[in-house]
Amino acid sequence: MATKTYSAGVKAYRQTYWEPDYRVQDTDLLACFKITPQAGVEREEAAAAVAAESSTGTWTTVWTDLLTDLDYYKGRAYRIEEVPGDPSCFYAFVAYPIDLFEEGSVVNVFTSLVGNVFGFKAIRALRLEDVRFPIAYVKTCGGPPHGIQVERDKLDKYGRPLLGCTIKPKLGLSAKNYGRAVYECLRGGLDFTKDDENINSQPFMRWRDRFSFVAEAIRKAEAETGERKGHYLNVTAPTPEQMYQRAEFAKSLGMPIIMHDYLTGGFCANTGLANWCRENGVLLHIHRAMHAVIDRDPHHGIHFRVLAKALRLSGGDHLHTGTVVGKLEGDCAATRGWIDLLRERYIKEDRARGIFFDQDWGSMPGVFAVASGGIHVWHMPALLAIFGDDAIFQFGGGTLGHPWGNAAGAAANRVALEACVEARNAGRNLERDGKEILGAAARLSPELKTAMETWREIRFEFDTVDKLDVAQAA
Amino acid sequence: MSTMVDYGSRLSDPASRRLGTFSYLPPLSPERLRTQIQYLLDRGWTPAIEHTEPQHTAGSYWYMWQLPLFGETSVERVLAQAEACHAANAGNHVRLVGYDKKRQTQGTAMLIYRGTPV
Repeated sequence: MATKTYSAGVKAYRQTYWEPDYRVQDTDLLACFKITPQAGVEREEAAAAVAAESSTGTWTTVWTDLLTDLDYYKGRAYRIEEVPGDPSCFYAFVAYPIDLFEEGSVVNVFTSLVGNVFGFKAIRALRLEDVRFPIAYVKTCGGPPHGIQVERDKLDKYGRPLLGCTIKPKLGLSAKNYGRAVYECLRGGLDFTKDDENINSQPFMRWRDRFSFVAEAIRKAEAETGERKGHYLNVTAPTPEQMYQRAEFAKSLGMPIIMHDYLTGGFCANTGLANWCRENGVLLHIHRAMHAVIDRDPHHGIHFRVLAKALRLSGGDHLHTGTVVGKLEGDCAATRGWIDLLRERYIKEDRARGIFFDQDWGSMPGVFAVASGGIHVWHMPALLAIFGDDAIFQFGGGTLGHPWGNAAGAAANRVALEACVEARNAGRNLERDGKEILGAAARLSPELKTAMETWREIRFEFDTVDKLDVAQAA
Repeated sequence: MSTMVDYGSRLSDPASRRLGTFSYLPPLSPERLRTQIQYLLDRGWTPAIEHTEPQHTAGSYWYMWQLPLFGETSVERVLAQAEACHAANAGNHVRLVGYDKKRQTQGTAMLIYRGTPV
C-alpha cells in the first residue's frame, strides 16, 4: 500500500467513499438509501457523502485519519440504481464493515445509519429503504424473547391465527370497569385483549389497579372457557425503573404477556425489556406508536421494513404490521414483505415486495404479525388469506361494538375465524367464497349473524398474487 | 335490529369449556373431519392422537395414543386410530394433532370426540 501523507482541506467524498468495484463481504452490514440530492450534486458524490457521514467521514480531512486504517473501517457506496418512475431520486447501496457497530446494539446501528447524515446539506431528502444485517451481527442480538412456536406452546393454540381486541374507550375508564370489558371479551372467545398504547398510568386508572382487575378477569375467563388467555399489560413508562417495576408486578400476578411501545419508549428500553421477558418467561407485545412520523414520507425517513427488522433484533414476540385490507395493492405487497421479514428464517431479495437484500436470521425466533385497526368480521376471509396462521387479528370496535356486547362480539369473531380456517383447509378460495363461508357459519351462530348485519359487507377484491406463498407460510 | 340476547357461558356449565381450534363451530362431522385430516397430511405433518379425562384438560400433556402415526398417508387409517382410541377410552376427550417437524410445532390441534361433560 502506498504511504499516505497529510494534506489539509476539503476533498470530494467520492475520492474516498465511492467504490463501484467493491466486493461485498458476507460480514458487511448493507444499506439501501433513497437519496434526493440537491440540485447540481452528482449522484456518485451524494452517495459517497451518505456513506461517509454515516460511517467514518467528516466534511474535511483531519490528521488523525492517518492514525487508523480507514480502508478497513469506512463505509462505501458501491452501487447506484434508478428509482422506477421517479427521476428526482436514486437508490444508493452502502456497505459498512461489521466492526463499526457495537455487538447486540440496535441503538448503535441506528445512531450511525440514521444519525447526522439525515440532516446533511448536500441532500434534499434521504430515506433508509432496507438494511441487510449479516448473520454474524444477528447472532449478537437477543431477538424475540420467545418467538412464535414457544408462544403457541405456552398458550396451547395451534392451527389458526389468534384473536385480540383493544379495549375502548382508550382513555377514561376506571380500573374495575376496564377489567369488566376485558372479562367480557375473553369469555366470548378471544385469546387476548390489549391496553391501548396511551394507557400507561393516568390519574383515572393507575397501572397497579388496572393490572389487578385485569388479572381477575383473565382468571375467571380461563376457568369458564377452559382456554388460556392473556391481556397485553402496557408497561411503557416514563423511566426504565418504572417500566421494570410494572413488569415485575405483572409477573407476580402470573400474567403471561406484557406490552411495550418500542419507538416512543426507545430501542434501549425495548432491548432491556425484551431481555427481562426472556429471563422471566413473560411474552412481549410490541406497539409502534410514532412509526408513521418516521416511515410515511416516501422520500425521507426510515421505511417500516427497516423498523420491523430492528424490532426483531431488539426483541418482541408480536409487532403491529398494518391490516392491508382496503388499501392499495402496493401496500399489500410491501406488507407481505415485512411480514415475511418478521416471521421467516431466510428471506430472499424481492423488489416486487420492496425487499432489497437477502436476509438470513439464522436461529433467531420469529415475531407474530399483528393486524389491528378498523377491521370486523367481514374482513376475516381476506385477513386469513393475506396473513396466514402466524398472526393476531385485533378487532376493537369490531368486538366491543356488537349490539349484544363484548362477549357476543368476541364469539362472532371466533366463529368467523374458525369457519374461514376450516374452509381454507378444505381448499376453498377465501376471497371468492368469503361471503358464502361467513353466511353458512352465521346460520349456526346468532352472534355472527348479528355482527354481519351490524357492519357493512366489504368486497373481497384485493390482489391474490402469490397466494400459494402465503399458504406455504401459514 | 334483532332483540338483545344474553351470552350463556357459565362456570357451572361444562358445555362452556372450549377445546382448541374449531371448538366454536358445531362438532366435526365425519366428512368435515376427513377433510381436515387430508389437509394435515397434505401439509406433510405427522398425525397423532391424544386423549384425556374431561376434568384434566388444562395441562400441556394429554395421554398419547400409541405413537404419532409417522409416515401415515391414509385419511381412513388416521380416522381408524382415532376411533380405536375413542373406543378404548370411553368418556374421554380425544384430539387430533399435526406435528410440523420443520417448524418444531404443532401445525394444528383439534378436538374430534368430546367426552362426558363434568
